[in-house]
Amino acid sequence: MIKIPIECGYLPLVDSAPLIIAKELQFAAEEGLNLSLVRQPSWSALRDMLAMGRLDFAHVLSPMPIAMSLGLGSMPAKIDTLMVLSANGTVIGVSSALDRAMRDEGWSNSFNNPVETAAALFSACEAPLRVGVPFPFSMQRMLLEYWLRSDPNFSPDKIDIITVPPPQMAQVVRDGHLDIFCVGEPWGTVAVQQSDATLILPSKSIWQFAPEKVLAARHDWVEDNPETCHAMIRAIYKAAKWLGQSENSPLAAEILARSHHLALPDHAIDPALTGLITTKVGEPPKQTPRFMTFHAGAANFPWRSQGRWIARQLVQLAPKGQSDFDSIAETCFRSDLFRAALSPMGVDLPGASEKVEGALQHPTAVASTKGEMILGPDAFFDGACFDIKS
Amino acid sequence: MLKNIKILVVEPDRSKAKDIIDALIGGGWSDVVVLASSSALDRNLRQHNPDIILIDLANPDRDTLEHISLVSQAKSRPVAMFVDHTDEGMTQAAIEAGLSAYVVNGLQMDRIKPVLETAIARFRLLSKMQAELDAAKLALSDRKTIDRAKGLIMRARGVCEEDAYKLMRKSAMDQGRKVIDVAHSLVTAADLLQ
Repeated sequence: MIKIPIECGYLPLVDSAPLIIAKELQFAAEEGLNLSLVRQPSWSALRDMLAMGRLDFAHVLSPMPIAMSLGLGSMPAKIDTLMVLSANGTVIGVSSALDRAMRDEGWSNSFNNPVETAAALFSACEAPLRVGVPFPFSMQRMLLEYWLRSDPNFSPDKIDIITVPPPQMAQVVRDGHLDIFCVGEPWGTVAVQQSDATLILPSKSIWQFAPEKVLAARHDWVEDNPETCHAMIRAIYKAAKWLGQSENSPLAAEILARSHHLALPDHAIDPALTGLITTKVGEPPKQTPRFMTFHAGAANFPWRSQGRWIARQLVQLAPKGQSDFDSIAETCFRSDLFRAALSPMGVDLPGASEKVEGALQHPTAVASTKGEMILGPDAFFDGACFDIKS
Repeated sequence: MLKNIKILVVEPDRSKAKDIIDALIGGGWSDVVVLASSSALDRNLRQHNPDIILIDLANPDRDTLEHISLVSQAKSRPVAMFVDHTDEGMTQAAIEAGLSAYVVNGLQMDRIKPVLETAIARFRLLSKMQAELDAAKLALSDRKTIDRAKGLIMRARGVCEEDAYKLMRKSAMDQGRKVIDVAHSLVTAADLLQ
């Protein structure tokens, strides 16, 4: 059988694993795809290549397809989100100077307490916090702002957001240009090893089920190539399921380190896959359950409510007068396509395509197409719930 | 045509930057500033206030430019030329050549076009240089070897990455060898002992 050649762009991050596994373990080939992975140096470059049709698919930050479809940023284009590739898996860290100042305030690092950590941050820092994020349209920025805004001492002039590409984050921290940052693994671990940074929170401590990376494609191309999209969704779904089994983690780390796709050593890849995060040089790693989720709890399902939540965070960046945010965001998240691709495989899928984001404090059984499935937890640290019907 | 456009080129590679300046000056644009290091891009932008910024598509600092273009106030506001898609052929050519351009101060498209055409031609030529690609591949494989060696030292001696690298560098200096050679020996020895 002749395989369909497709090109998928990605950035060298641990959460590109589903793509690499789909290729290396032949899940893509089984679906009749000849998958080429094309590494990109920055989110801007990846976005341009996708929008101009130089790439068929891309591993992108979950807010990017919505921002592009809404016309925000330099390259507006109608882009669809076909599935979620991973939930969480990013870390928030501070410079060694800020870490010392926070400890002087009596704070200790449990790596799990957003409220006390935010309070210590604002009382330890007199000048505005210089906050590093990887891209203006990123879950990292959304979670950081969501978290910092919740502190009673927050005001907009107390933070200064700076964009730094992930591989440069450690260097910029070392040069003393950033106080706090949020970045995808392995770059948080690299900042600890190379720049004496301290990791203070995993992203999941702010939102337990934040869609982090998604599989994106041009809307028009998706309409013209539904079968290829279905095959790609199935291949990545199988890869994500394989990655979701913890007994596969050591082999996954080995495959990721050995393949040329990441050019990262295995000691940088391990922490994200095992959830054993070293928050500071010389301290024992902290066990962080569900640090990065590839599959469990219907993690790959593109919930329309996730799209809406993201759109609401983008409102502040929008030009005045734009009002159809919600409907554009909702149609970006193609839960219809995801169902069409996986139903024939007999995969159990959620009964609904939207949910109240943040409602689940614990794993909970919900209605599914085959009976019941377990979702969550997906709570926000402040207990907020986001219901698109309200 | 008036050619008093201020052009900022962000390019860390000195010889590449020189080629681009030569091409632009040859095309009649004399007001060209090159930024080698893009640290403090924000401050440099305010200081030079260029009309257009040319940057390699592969330059990671594009994400920083992207951010600045979103938050800057209407006056010195860099906007990617790709915003309005007025000329899709040009955009395509720029992307194929590996060039991105950010337009500042609302410059008209007809004034940007010749600048871009010159730059695109130059970028295309540069991207064909096979020698450079080979060097990059070699550097990448060197880095992998050094990373592996660092990992071995980190595990064997329980030190952090920076200390592992320092140990390797000291050993290289003591023996009058290159760091990559020391790393190679270490990795080969470790493979033998496994």
